[in-house]
Amino acid sequence: MKLLKYFGCSAILMSAAMLQAQDAAEVEQLKKKLQQLQEQFEKAQNEHQKQMKALMQQIDGLQQKQSSLTADQQQLKDQMSQPMADAAKASSLEKGRWRPSDPISLLQRDSSYLNLSLSGLFAAGGSTANDLSSLQLGGHDPSQRGFTVQNVEAVFEGAVDPYFRGQANTIFFIDRDGETVVELEEAYLESLSLPWNLQLKAGQYYTEFGRHNPTHPHAWAFVDIPLVNGRFLGPDGLRNPGARLSWLMPTPFYSELFLGVQNSHGETAFSFRSGEGHGHEGESEGLPFAFRENENDRGVRNLDDLLLAPRYAVSFDLTDTQTLLLGASGAFGPNSSGESGNNDTQIYGADLTWKWRSSRHQGGFPFVTWQTEGMLRNYRAGSFDWDEEGDLGDADGNGFPDEGVLVDASTGLPAAFSRETLTDYGFYSQVLYGFRKGWVAGLRFDFVTGSRGDYEKLPLILADNAGGGASAGRDLLRRERWRFSPNLTWYPSEFSKVRLQYNYDDRRDIGVDHSVWLQLEFLLGSHAAHKF
Amino acid sequence: MKAFYWLFMAVALWGATAHAKLNVVATTPDLGAIAREIGGDRIDLTVLARPTEDPHFVDAKPSFIVKLNRADALLEGGAELESGWLRPLIEGARNPRLAQGEPGRIVCSEGIHLLEIPAELDRSKGDVHALGNPHFMTDPQNGKIVAQHVAEAFCRLDKKSCDYYRANLERLTLQLDQKMIEWQRLMEPHQGKRVVTYHNFWLYFSERFGLKMDLYLEPKPGIPPSPSHLAEVMRTMTSEKVRVIAVQPYLNRRIAETVASHTGATVVDLQSFPNGSKGGGSYIEWMDSLVKSLAAALKK
Repeated sequence: MKLLKYFGCSAILMSAAMLQAQDAAEVEQLKKKLQQLQEQFEKAQNEHQKQMKALMQQIDGLQQKQSSLTADQQQLKDQMSQPMADAAKASSLEKGRWRPSDPISLLQRDSSYLNLSLSGLFAAGGSTANDLSSLQLGGHDPSQRGFTVQNVEAVFEGAVDPYFRGQANTIFFIDRDGETVVELEEAYLESLSLPWNLQLKAGQYYTEFGRHNPTHPHAWAFVDIPLVNGRFLGPDGLRNPGARLSWLMPTPFYSELFLGVQNSHGETAFSFRSGEGHGHEGESEGLPFAFRENENDRGVRNLDDLLLAPRYAVSFDLTDTQTLLLGASGAFGPNSSGESGNNDTQIYGADLTWKWRSSRHQGGFPFVTWQTEGMLRNYRAGSFDWDEEGDLGDADGNGFPDEGVLVDASTGLPAAFSRETLTDYGFYSQVLYGFRKGWVAGLRFDFVTGSRGDYEKLPLILADNAGGGASAGRDLLRRERWRFSPNLTWYPSEFSKVRLQYNYDDRRDIGVDHSVWLQLEFLLGSHAAHKF
Repeated sequence: MKAFYWLFMAVALWGATAHAKLNVVATTPDLGAIAREIGGDRIDLTVLARPTEDPHFVDAKPSFIVKLNRADALLEGGAELESGWLRPLIEGARNPRLAQGEPGRIVCSEGIHLLEIPAELDRSKGDVHALGNPHFMTDPQNGKIVAQHVAEAFCRLDKKSCDYYRANLERLTLQLDQKMIEWQRLMEPHQGKRVVTYHNFWLYFSERFGLKMDLYLEPKPGIPPSPSHLAEVMRTMTSEKVRVIAVQPYLNRRIAETVASHTGATVVDLQSFPNGSKGGGSYIEWMDSLVKSLAAALKK
C-alpha cells in the first residue's frame, strides 16, 4: 500500500513536474510569441511612423507645390480670394501685383509699372578763388561759397512693352542767382528685342563717350567733373537728342560697338554748334573761346552736320577678382566758330578702368578701382573779324575802339583771325579705395592744356574805349591747368552719402587755389542697379 | 583674309551646332547646385556670384553680359536678391530668350512661400526687401520646390531630355527626403535654441529646424553693427545663455569673435552657398555641413 502510495505520489509528482516542465515550455513559447509580437508591433509602428512622416512631407510638398502654381494661376487665385480679403490686407504687399485701380505707391520694381526715384545732391564749402564760377567747370559742380543745390534728380523708369524700356531723368537745381532751373537731362527709349545682338536707343541721352560723360551726378566719385570733361564735353556733359545703335560683338570676351547720331546744336553740344552758349559762363569771364564769337550757325543740311559718336569698348576678367575695361570713343561734328565756313570739331578719347573686388566682399567692400580717361580735341576755328560792323569797332564814334573790342596792337585795328585748327588735350586719373564697408577714399589727378594757337601769338589788347586797354594774354579757356583732389566718402547706407573733398588747383597765368567741399546726398525710391 | 573669313564662319557654325547642351546661367551657387543636379551633363552651367561673396552686391562685370547673351536659360532667385546688379546685365545682354515671362527666365522664388513680407515699406528700418526675405534656399524643402521648378523649366526648353531631368528630380527629391529625417533628428535636441547671426540670412533654415536665429549683430538690415547694439546683443546672450554665433564667409569675423570672447560663445562658420571653401559641392552636401556644424556647436 505504502509502495503504491509512494508510487502514486511520485507519479503525481512526476506528472506535476512533467506538467510543470510542459508549462514552462509553453510559457517560454508564449513569451517568445509575445516578444515576436512586440517586435512586430514595434516594427509596424516604426514603419507607420515613417509612413506618417513621409506623408507629412508629401503634404508639405504639395502645399508648397500648390503655391508654386504658375504666375497666371497665382494671379487668378489672388483675384478669387480678393473679395474675401479685408481692406487692410489689400493694402499690404502680400498681394504682390499692382493693379490700375490701386493707388500709385512708389514701390520697387515688379510691383508697379513705373519705378520712381528722387535723389538730392547738395554741397557746402568754399575756395580761395574769387572766380569760382570759372574755377569749377561743371554745371552741377559746387560753384559758390556757402551752399549749392547741385542736383535734385527725379528718375522715371520702366518697361514700356515687350519691345522697349523707357527712362527719363529730370533735374532741378538752383543757380547762382537763386533761380530754380529745370533740365531734361535724359529721356529715351531703349529696345529690348532687336535681332543680331543690336540695341537701339533714341531720344535725349548722354553720348556714350568715355566713362564719365554718361554718368549722372549722383553716381560721380568726386564732387565735381574732371577738367577734360568740362573743357571738351561741356559743363553739362555731351548730351543731345539723337539715336544710337550698339552691337554686342560675337567675341568670346565682352566687346561692344556703339554708333550714335545726335543733333550738333544746342547748349549741351559744347565744342560743336552750341552757338552763343559755347562761351558758357564757366572759364571765360571776358573773351569767348578762341577769341571768336560763335556766330556761324549754318543749320543742318546733310548728315555731316549732325554729331557722330562712335565708341568701342572691350573688357576682360584678368582674374576672378580683377576686371579690365578699355574703350575708345570719338565725337565728330561741325562747330559754329567764326562767321562762316565749314568748321568742324573732332574729339578722341581713350579710357581704362581696372577694378578689384574682394572675393569675400560684404556690400561690395573692399574694392579698388582705377579709372583713367584721356581726350584730344581738334577744333577748327573759323575766321573772324572783330570789325564786324565795318566801323573799326568804334560804334560810338569817339575815335577809339569800343570797350571789349579786341585790337591788334601791331596795326591798331580790330583783330582779324583766319581759320586755324586748335589742338587741346588732357586726362584725368582717379583711384578709389573702398577700405571698409561704407567708406571710400579717392584720389584724382587732372591735367589739361592746349597748343598755342596763331591768334595767341598776336599782340592783342582788349580795348577800353580810350585808346588803351589791357593785354589779352593767352586764351584762358585753353591754358594749361592741373588739379589734385583727394576725397573721403562715407555711405551710411546705400541710400545716402557724405563726402569731403579738397581741390588743389593750379591754373597757369592765374595761380594756385584751394577749395574744400562737403557733399551730402539722399536717395528715395527704387535704387537703380549698379553698372560696371 | 579669305582664310580668316572661312575660319570665322567655321567657328561660328560649330558654335551654333555643336552646342546641343542647354546653356544655363545661374545667379547664385545654390541655384547653380540645383541646376547641376537636374541638368547633369545635358547642360553647360555658369554661376555668376561666387560662393564667398555678398549675393546682393555682385560686380556687374561686362563678361557676364556675354554669358547672359549666349544663355538658353537664366536661374535667378528673384525677390530682389539680385536687384543691385542683374538688371543692367540682362538689358545689356539683349537676349530675347531671357525676356520676362519666357521659359528661359526661371525665377526661383516663384512658388516659394516667402517670409517676412513687410506690411509697409520704410527704409528707416534699414534696407528692407519689399517682396520678402530672399534667402529661401536655406530650407531644404524650398530646395525641393526649386528643383521641381527647374526640372519643369528644363523640360520646356529641352523636350528630348525631359525624362532625364525628371529622373534626376526624382532622385534628388528622394535623397532630400531621406536626408531630411537625419537632419531633423540631429536638430531635435536643439529645438527653440537661439543662435546669433550677422544678417537675417538663415530665416528659412531656422524655421525648418526649429531654431531661433533671430539675434543679429547688425542693428538693422544692411546697417553695420554699432557698439551700443553689440552691447545689447551681448546682454541678451548672457541672460538667455546663447552659446553660438554663426558667421558667413563675407562677414566680419572679428566682430563675431569679440562678441564670442565676451560671452563665452563659440563662433561657427556657415557657408552661405554650396561650393564654398569648406562646405561640399552639392546642395545636399552643403545642407549637411550646415546642419552638422550647427548641431555640433549647439551640443557644446
